[in-house]
Amino acid sequence: MAERPEDLNLPNAVITRIIKEALPDGVNISKEARSAISRAASVFVLYATSCANNFAMKGKRKTLNASDVLSAMEEMEFQRFITPLKEALEAYRREQKGKKEASEQKKKDKDKKNDSEEQDKSRDEDNDEDEDKLEEEEQNEEEEVDN
Amino acid sequence: MADVVVGKEKGGEQRLVSLPLSRIRVIMKSSPEVSSINQEALVLTAKATELFVQYLATYSYRHGTGKDKKALAYSDVANTAEESDTFQFLADILPKKILASKYLTMLQERREAEEEDDDEEECDEDTGS
Repeated sequence: MAERPEDLNLPNAVITRIIKEALPDGVNISKEARSAISRAASVFVLYATSCANNFAMKGKRKTLNASDVLSAMEEMEFQRFITPLKEALEAYRREQKGKKEASEQKKKDKDKKNDSEEQDKSRDEDNDEDEDKLEEEEQNEEEEVDN
Repeated sequence: MADVVVGKEKGGEQRLVSLPLSRIRVIMKSSPEVSSINQEALVLTAKATELFVQYLATYSYRHGTGKDKKALAYSDVANTAEESDTFQFLADILPKKILASKYLTMLQERREAEEEDDDEEECDEDTGS
């Protein structure tokens, strides 16, 4: 919980780095401009949270989820963020999946190995190349019969 | 904008968001009506805040007055809040600065205007009685 007002500030070093990376090289950002953007970012978080919460309430949910945040961006007229946010969400889900799989692998390494081998086999069966080869072989057999 | 911008950790490993999630959560939770936030919503809000900082900075710089000097000043950011509809919600926390002398004349003018109003009211009372 926020106990002091400064708990609602974002770290200056990180904010400054993000601004610098966004602007062309060598632009001087005044100290006042930095703190203004930093304050604006905190207000943005509150505004987005409040909008997202409205969507959660409409859906009779108590927990804010990803789709609430995306709907909030649309409502706040930050549609331009939606595509990069969806990409970030996908990347995050992949990362989580990777972590989960890594921990599962530690637990039951053998079972996992067997499962993946079976998956590989089924994938091979679906493979178009293999089917083509089979067809060729069948044709060859027919030709031999004809002879 | 379409590319996912990733911050870098000390070890050179790429990270999805560079703002601290714990701090973002504290700010989100400071809103009294919010009961709980799932991890995906938290990550997305942090990411959105990064995009917002980039957008506010580039917008203010592009529409600002310091391009020749390669400088971004407070007034550029305050102007953005005042002039752009999307950034309108920032107008209250990013007021445009004015000189103290100008402010004092404004105050003086307002006081005089109020005094005139008072005079008029007094006149009304006079005629009323």
